[in-house]
Amino acid sequence: MAGLATGAARVSRRRPVTGSTRTLISSAQLNRRRGKITYRIILTLVIVVFTLVFIGPLYFLFADGLKSTQEAIATPPTLYPHHLHPSTYKAAFDRLDIARLLWNTLYYAFGALAFQLIFDVAAAYSLSKLRPALGNVIFFMMLATLMIPSTVLAVPQYVTIADLPILHINLIGTPEAIWLPSVANAFNIFLLKRFFDSIPAEFIEAAQIDGASRLRILRSIVLPISRPIIGVVSIFGLVAVWKDFLWPLLVEYGYSPTRETLNVGIWQASGTTEQNLIIAASAMAAVPTIIFFLIFQRNIIAGLTSGGIRG
Amino acid sequence: MADVATLRRSKPAPRPARQLATGRFGRKVRRNLPAHGFLVGAVLCFTFFSWYPIAREIIMSFQKAVLGGGYTWAGWENYIRIFHDPTFWQAWRNTLEFTLLALVIGYAVPFCVAVLLNELRHAKGYLRALVYLPVMLPPASALLLFAYFYNPQYGLFDDILRALHLPTSQWVFQPGTGFVSTAMVSVVIAATWMNMGGATLIYLAALQNIPGELYEAAELDGAGLLSRIRHITIPQTKLILIMLLMLQVVATMQMFVESFVLTNGGGGVGNNTQSVVMLIYQYAFAMSGASNYDSASALGVVLMLVLAVFSGGFRG
Repeated sequence: MAGLATGAARVSRRRPVTGSTRTLISSAQLNRRRGKITYRIILTLVIVVFTLVFIGPLYFLFADGLKSTQEAIATPPTLYPHHLHPSTYKAAFDRLDIARLLWNTLYYAFGALAFQLIFDVAAAYSLSKLRPALGNVIFFMMLATLMIPSTVLAVPQYVTIADLPILHINLIGTPEAIWLPSVANAFNIFLLKRFFDSIPAEFIEAAQIDGASRLRILRSIVLPISRPIIGVVSIFGLVAVWKDFLWPLLVEYGYSPTRETLNVGIWQASGTTEQNLIIAASAMAAVPTIIFFLIFQRNIIAGLTSGGIRG
Repeated sequence: MADVATLRRSKPAPRPARQLATGRFGRKVRRNLPAHGFLVGAVLCFTFFSWYPIAREIIMSFQKAVLGGGYTWAGWENYIRIFHDPTFWQAWRNTLEFTLLALVIGYAVPFCVAVLLNELRHAKGYLRALVYLPVMLPPASALLLFAYFYNPQYGLFDDILRALHLPTSQWVFQPGTGFVSTAMVSVVIAATWMNMGGATLIYLAALQNIPGELYEAAELDGAGLLSRIRHITIPQTKLILIMLLMLQVVATMQMFVESFVLTNGGGGVGNNTQSVVMLIYQYAFAMSGASNYDSASALGVVLMLVLAVFSGGFRG
């Protein structure tokens, strides 16, 4: 950390402080002697404080999983494990059956992603390019569901899934109970449709003249162009299932604890398991998401700021 | 659409209309069938898992279960019952407390952080990633870690207070139901740490869209730092500020997992951190005896109406 801060200071000593665009404070002001010093102090402070606030808790998340049970609940708490117990991780892995929880979560998340990609992309393609009769009404009704708070619907959704109307199928405890409702995501359809709308009609018409079928146009023209938005939708689709708590608690854990997700499994064990094991398990549950974030950081931040909110 | 309308209007003369149906209507069906084929999967999912449950929520709130199975109409019975439940009022009070505290802490902080980060010319990517990292964690991981920090016997936070010679606290398990209770503030701190990254990055993007000339012009006119923030930064990001304010209130009114995990499903001492959604969950699934979907649906409809009125009033 200190390395990063001094590194930044060294850079600023060599060349003037510049920004790509003018912000609140001008570069000229920062390059005056007093400005430079103040800037350097604030920069160092921000980096130190932010690291403490955001990485600090994560440090304890990983370090306290290395403590023994006695040390984990010692008063006062130790700032670092005085005796390393890597076996805590092993014990937590076995006791909470992290392998099963992880497998369940991955299975639900990637299954939901597959369903979302197939159905939502097809629907957005139809609404944007094929424009069926009543398409606008359907699109409006989908968008209207964004107005309904999702947690409010948990109860009627649960009752519906326990006995699907007309079909009389009970989905409770099946992976479909997570996969299929995830398709009913108006935000996905909105993002995809808006992107498809921006694809020039000439591309589609040219393909039509060449005799391409609708499916072929989707596969060979629309999908390759739309890779960025599909990336965004995929990332947020995976993260949403990974982070969901209430719904898997109801439809999977409520049916059988062997079907629970990481989130629910760790929470459920936290009442009865030693503190150091719970922290170790929480750390293990966090690892995949941290790696995922580090890999897709750029896409996540770009998707959040450009595609996400500015309608 | 238009063709269907003309078809209806030409009904008085039945024979030509039928011919029209087989001719133009048939062509229309043939043209639309593949398009609807692409739509059908999503529409079925919306029907079963979104549209129908919305209708069902409202219907169920006016029904009650009959002994031996089935439902019968109950009029306003479910609503009257929940209005007479003292926990109902307490859950609403707690939820409002959480929402207001989350506004005071969780709304101002991301904006200030975004303004600050936007001024820094170094370590941009690092700081942005830092702020967003907690958003990615599974909520159970993050919240169980905070529960550990908050622990009154061996938690880190009390240790820090002791080191500073300040009185220690029970944090989420601090009794007391004052409007700004320690228990709720503890929940808000954890929630803000977990969730502020998204809003911060959205503000940052908005700040970057402010034309630099505005600041230059203001500086030439002699505007100081604070007046530049007041007269340029805030008005220029007003739209996003208002939009996120609305989204945040709607999201915080639905608070569930934070309090649920931090208090181990209990809702705090004397229910002082129990939220409306937690009460819905308890009505529906965790009450002693049979599950009570009627009260849960009625409460759900009330929450839906409150949020609808709020977001409607916001736009108006």
